[in-house]
Amino acid sequence: MAKIKTYVRPMQGWWRRNPFFVRYMIREASSVFLAIYAVILLVGLARLTQGEAAWDAWRAALTSFGSLVFHWLALLTVGYHAYTWWKVAPKTAPDLRFAGRPLPELVITAGGWFATLGASALVYIIVRWM
Amino acid sequence: MAEPRTIEIEVLRYNPEKDAEPHFQTFKVPFTHDTSVLQGLQHIKDHLDGSLTFRWSCRMAICGSCGKMVNGKPELSCHTFLRDYYPGKVRIEPLNHFPVLRDLVIDQTDFFNQKLPAVKPYLLPKEDKPLSAGTHLQTPKEYHSYYQYSQCINCLLCYAACPQYGLNPKFTGPAALALLHRYNADSRDRGWQERAEVLNSEEGVWGCTLVGYCSEVCPKGVDPAHAINQNKVKSTMDYFGVLKFLMPRGGS
Amino acid sequence: MKRSNEPIFWSLFGAGGVLSALVAPILILITGIIAPIGVWMPPQALDYPRVLAFAQNGFGKLLLLAVISLFLFHAVHRIYHGLHDVGMHVGTGTMVAAYGSALLGTLVAAYLLLVIGF
Repeated sequence: MAKIKTYVRPMQGWWRRNPFFVRYMIREASSVFLAIYAVILLVGLARLTQGEAAWDAWRAALTSFGSLVFHWLALLTVGYHAYTWWKVAPKTAPDLRFAGRPLPELVITAGGWFATLGASALVYIIVRWM
Repeated sequence: MAEPRTIEIEVLRYNPEKDAEPHFQTFKVPFTHDTSVLQGLQHIKDHLDGSLTFRWSCRMAICGSCGKMVNGKPELSCHTFLRDYYPGKVRIEPLNHFPVLRDLVIDQTDFFNQKLPAVKPYLLPKEDKPLSAGTHLQTPKEYHSYYQYSQCINCLLCYAACPQYGLNPKFTGPAALALLHRYNADSRDRGWQERAEVLNSEEGVWGCTLVGYCSEVCPKGVDPAHAINQNKVKSTMDYFGVLKFLMPRGGS
Repeated sequence: MKRSNEPIFWSLFGAGGVLSALVAPILILITGIIAPIGVWMPPQALDYPRVLAFAQNGFGKLLLLAVISLFLFHAVHRIYHGLHDVGMHVGTGTMVAAYGSALLGTLVAAYLLLVIGF
């Protein structure tokens, strides 16, 4: 049979053509901020091993304007990661049923958000008072 | 009776014998409160340009034939209404991520000839039951574990929605993987092992990055994202050799 | 079809995803915003003796290692797949660079946590 001629449309810019995909890319891009933050913590740990002066210098660097801008952006995007993480978490769970009906996804999602709140409170308490 | 209003419908045209590339053509189409996008296309074909080519059949969102991109979103054109776009324009294109054969018609052979058979979308029971043994019995719980995933009408909206399929057509894709899960989850089936090669491969569940748009666009509530991603857990357990202890049947 | 090795990286990604969903926002808020500014958190909270004691504690070491390592593994998995999403051809080289740097970060963190003493 003769080869049928078809037209294949290019994928370039695919994610810009739909707000759903834009939000997906923001979610994925949050990982860049998370990675940079992890490196900041790693550097802080290194400074900690180098003594009080080095540690205090690291803390001072965190008061700079650039650092504050980064951390605000990181808070927003990583916060978005946390929000979307719990939103999609039910998709990895098996089909759960409760009282003869499918378990609403919101149950798992809300559970996740409460866990984040609880864990956040715990971290705050530990840092502040322990 | 309401005066018909007019809406502008912009359709992608492509004639493989004449065109190097597709191009848009605009038509003015009269419509009322219950005119579907499909009926808009039919009006164009019947009264304005008989050469416009597009698939359709049942007109009631069950055959899966009439999928199109409507203003950039995958929709069943029989299930989408012109009134919701007025006074804006309606832009109709063939479903994304598939090669265009002509006008709004896509080449579906990748799905029907490759992806669908690859997942063995039929019951593979432990042994062949003779007719005399009677019917399979299922509890409501067993029925619910696969029912939702059996609702797929193969309309391919999820493939048009899935950027991973668009970026890599080797990806098995949402509908096929949802059907793979449908059969694994059926209590009458023992075919987990036979479908494992597809499931556990890079082209299987691991091609998915949980964009989740497939489940958004599915007109039947199949939720392929759920089918795929719960099987990432199973595939992981299978990879580390613990699946057989936790789920001896492998399936649901 | 070849069996994918994704389960290894997906498990690390998942663990890091849960941990970061739970504590990354609050950690960023504390260390990056409220402690440097001094609101809702006295700056003394991050004084050297207090943080040193935490890092020298066995449990503290575990938490610090988990946070740094799992955040990195979560992030590189998303970055690796994200590069593919924006059209880059990602192969073994990119994979090694991505997961390798997360592994490097993990090893450096582990080394520092040992060096800092008990």
